[in-house]
Amino acid sequence: MAAGISRRGLLTGGAAVAGGAAMTVLATAAAQEAGPAGGVPAASGTSGTSGTSGTSGTSGTSATSGGSGVSGASAVDASAVEPFHGRHQAGVATTPQAHAVFVAFDLRPGTGKEAVVRLMHLLTDDARRLTQGRPALADTEPELAVAPARLTVTFGFGPGLFAAAKTTSPLAPLPSFTTDKLDKRWGGGDLLVQICADDPITVSHALRMIVKDARSFTRVRWTQRGFRRSAHAQAPGTTQRNLMGQLDGTVNPTDLDRAVWITDGPLRGGTTLVLRRIRMNLESWDAADRVAREFTIGRRLDTGAPLTGRAEHDEPDFARLNRLGFPVISEYAHIRRARTEDPGSRILRRPYNYDEGLTEAGTSDSGLIFASYQADIGRQFVPVQRRLAEGDLLNEWVTTIGSAVFAIPPGCGPDGWIGDRLL
Amino acid sequence: MFPRHVLAFGCLLALTACGVQQSSTPAAGAPAQVTAQATAPAGAGLSITDPWVKTTKKGMTAAFGVLVNDSDTEVTVVSATSSLSPTVELHEVVESGGKMVMRAKEGGFVVPAHGTHPLEPGGDHIMLMGVTEEVKPGARIPFTLTVKDGQPLEFTAVGKDFAGGKEDYQPGMDH
Repeated sequence: MAAGISRRGLLTGGAAVAGGAAMTVLATAAAQEAGPAGGVPAASGTSGTSGTSGTSGTSGTSATSGGSGVSGASAVDASAVEPFHGRHQAGVATTPQAHAVFVAFDLRPGTGKEAVVRLMHLLTDDARRLTQGRPALADTEPELAVAPARLTVTFGFGPGLFAAAKTTSPLAPLPSFTTDKLDKRWGGGDLLVQICADDPITVSHALRMIVKDARSFTRVRWTQRGFRRSAHAQAPGTTQRNLMGQLDGTVNPTDLDRAVWITDGPLRGGTTLVLRRIRMNLESWDAADRVAREFTIGRRLDTGAPLTGRAEHDEPDFARLNRLGFPVISEYAHIRRARTEDPGSRILRRPYNYDEGLTEAGTSDSGLIFASYQADIGRQFVPVQRRLAEGDLLNEWVTTIGSAVFAIPPGCGPDGWIGDRLL
Repeated sequence: MFPRHVLAFGCLLALTACGVQQSSTPAAGAPAQVTAQATAPAGAGLSITDPWVKTTKKGMTAAFGVLVNDSDTEVTVVSATSSLSPTVELHEVVESGGKMVMRAKEGGFVVPAHGTHPLEPGGDHIMLMGVTEEVKPGARIPFTLTVKDGQPLEFTAVGKDFAGGKEDYQPGMDH
């Protein structure tokens, strides 16, 4: 926005008057530009055409008809197990499960390396057992452990943990972004535990066992619960929708060895996590019509196709102009601002929705737990977030209220523990 | 990781299959390793899975796990020792006067041939009294079980925070 296009001005002149004449003209032109598939879907909000036309990369069996409910998706297998041991921790490349809780702990004062090692021994043992459908050691509810439902338990170390262990932290703090309105209650943390499963009781039980072993060493800093579509409602791996109704997570790296996994140093085989809590203002989003919404993102709401394409995974044509000479995909459309051309530099997004209930007036507290994994935060995450902060039409409706960074240690073997190469 | 000694024990049972040294003398200073002896005729089939000990600042606490007997004859554990406590007893929990109390178990723990014997809160357990050193969560506490007519079983239990296992101790129970 250095060129003097004030964000406020842009927004009030454009997206904020959603449905206003100028925007509608631009967006309608964009829609026409896209060809036959692109009729303005103003009245088709529930037609449920998502998942048709070979959105590729996913199973393609998802909901072919919105009205028919479950279709083509396999039943949830409560006994399904994700491997725990390996070069990488599970829960990053793992096909996202339906339910997640992210919990951040702060080490109690005086907790040094020896104690952190004991803690990680205990927590690794819990994760090793629970993810495989076995009760934790001294599990008081062993019956709750028998349905792992693809449970993964992933550990992340924050800067404070490295400091406590008197080990050099590989993490640098994020720069500040002008659009952030960070609330301390959703930020930071010495130790992150990310628990994901296709069953919410499994998640609760795992969280309970982890917390019982962690609390002698830590205090809970924050807990963030998130959800995606239930496993039975949508084929695994299908791009999910966020609570604004958009397909969210279409562009992800495919070569994780380049984009996600760290290739040298003590974190080799690990990665980093930037966890952002992004509040959605759904009340003002309600005032934006479908044309404005699609213009804001640069994608169609129904198929998730770029405004220049027909299917979700079509490459956007950022150069294409409409008949008025404006870019079909706005200069400030979310997908243009978020774009990273080099697939090896893309972040791996694994977002979860949150919906924490309503105020007395019926205003929602909803948004996204935006989990971004990348080998290098400074090279991959920061440039994207800078561009978004500088000018993304979506900023009118979304605000980042929490932010934390963690190193995700590599995985471990049967005799190891998470962090054994770092501490 | 905690069952490592169990795995190691399995290796010993498999004799040289794992390349484990067949020394009959437990290596000193290797607390994490099981030192039960594969060459012992009786008690050789005894192992313990998932051993853990309830954390405590001091005083009384207890150790748990599942005794496993892979041999053709029953194995009787007659006593236990640990560097943690000068007084270690084999206990059971029984009803007395309408409440559950724990007391020394007469005859020890009998593990049937090819069977198991659970040691768990509210049931049989290894009782430690007069603990003077804090048992921290994640700590590794060495134990030795004495087996009737057999070699002792050594293992390491991990400290775990645990809310239960608070039955009254009635040392005066006559039996």
